[in-house]
Amino acid sequence: MSNETPLWEVFIRPRNGLAHKHVGSLHAADEALALSAARDVYTRREEGTSIWAVRSDAIVASDPARAGQNFDPAEDKIYRHPTFYDIPEDVGHM
Amino acid sequence: MALYQALIELADDHLVLGQRLSEWCGHAPILEEDLALSNFALDVIGTARSLYAYAAEVEGKGRSEDDLAYLRSEREYLNCLLVERPNVDFAHTMLRQFYFASLMEPFWQAAVNSDDKVIAGIAGKAVKEMAYHIRHAGEWIVRLGDGTEESGARMRAAIVALHPYWEEMFTPCECDALPDRAALRSGWEANVKAVFAEAGLEWPEPVYGHVGGRKGEHSEVLGRMLSDMQYLQRAHPGATW
Repeated sequence: MSNETPLWEVFIRPRNGLAHKHVGSLHAADEALALSAARDVYTRREEGTSIWAVRSDAIVASDPARAGQNFDPAEDKIYRHPTFYDIPEDVGHM
Repeated sequence: MALYQALIELADDHLVLGQRLSEWCGHAPILEEDLALSNFALDVIGTARSLYAYAAEVEGKGRSEDDLAYLRSEREYLNCLLVERPNVDFAHTMLRQFYFASLMEPFWQAAVNSDDKVIAGIAGKAVKEMAYHIRHAGEWIVRLGDGTEESGARMRAAIVALHPYWEEMFTPCECDALPDRAALRSGWEANVKAVFAEAGLEWPEPVYGHVGGRKGEHSEVLGRMLSDMQYLQRAHPGATW
């Protein structure tokens, strides 16, 4: 199926200072049309100030079958969460 | 009345084009372009609304923007013939959009600093929309023109079909408050030809150009389009929702 229009993943940054967040995917023939389509499909309601688009086949994904070995070992290591520290009141809300 | 007439010409251009673009809703080749065409439609219909509202105010006869859009007959519509041309296919639609936006972007740019604050306001919003329409439609002209045998043939057919209609867009309007369209013609031709060159498309030999839209003399297709667009207000006068 090499004639199929490539799939792209779209990331939108809602405001300056925030990170680009994955919002969905779309089909487009090339970079320029992917950005154009992303603008038309995903920013119709003032959702963003910046768009990233990346070919879906350029993304390396973890194997769901290995979710156990990847993520379960972190389960019993609650000491990695910074909840055991006393924070001085002057620091305020973190 | 010069300003009223000039505003109606402009508003009709935008509304008729917006109605044509709306016909694509649910029918575009891919979802992405379906939304893009609806976005185009909403941009130009938004501009039409502002222009009708201002025209109604200038006229001072108590008519509303809806009265102007839904209760005027075909012969009272003053849009140029280009915008009423049928969608035919994606190539025709994109070329029509590209021709229109390539005029309106510099037109609104020239109107941004108008002494007329309403026109300046409309221009400030529309100029950005038209810049995007040029970019998006221009990208497609390059890709269709320089694409497959089929897409190139469709693009060339669209160029031939619309060639008698683009010149009418530059008919001067007798109104000092708005930019002179005729003065934008050479810049328009240069920009369009540059995109054609990139797309491997040839600018055709001059042909006999059709005119009449600015005088209310339209092709048969406008009547059918208006009967569809105006049906509800004609069948149920004053209906609201």
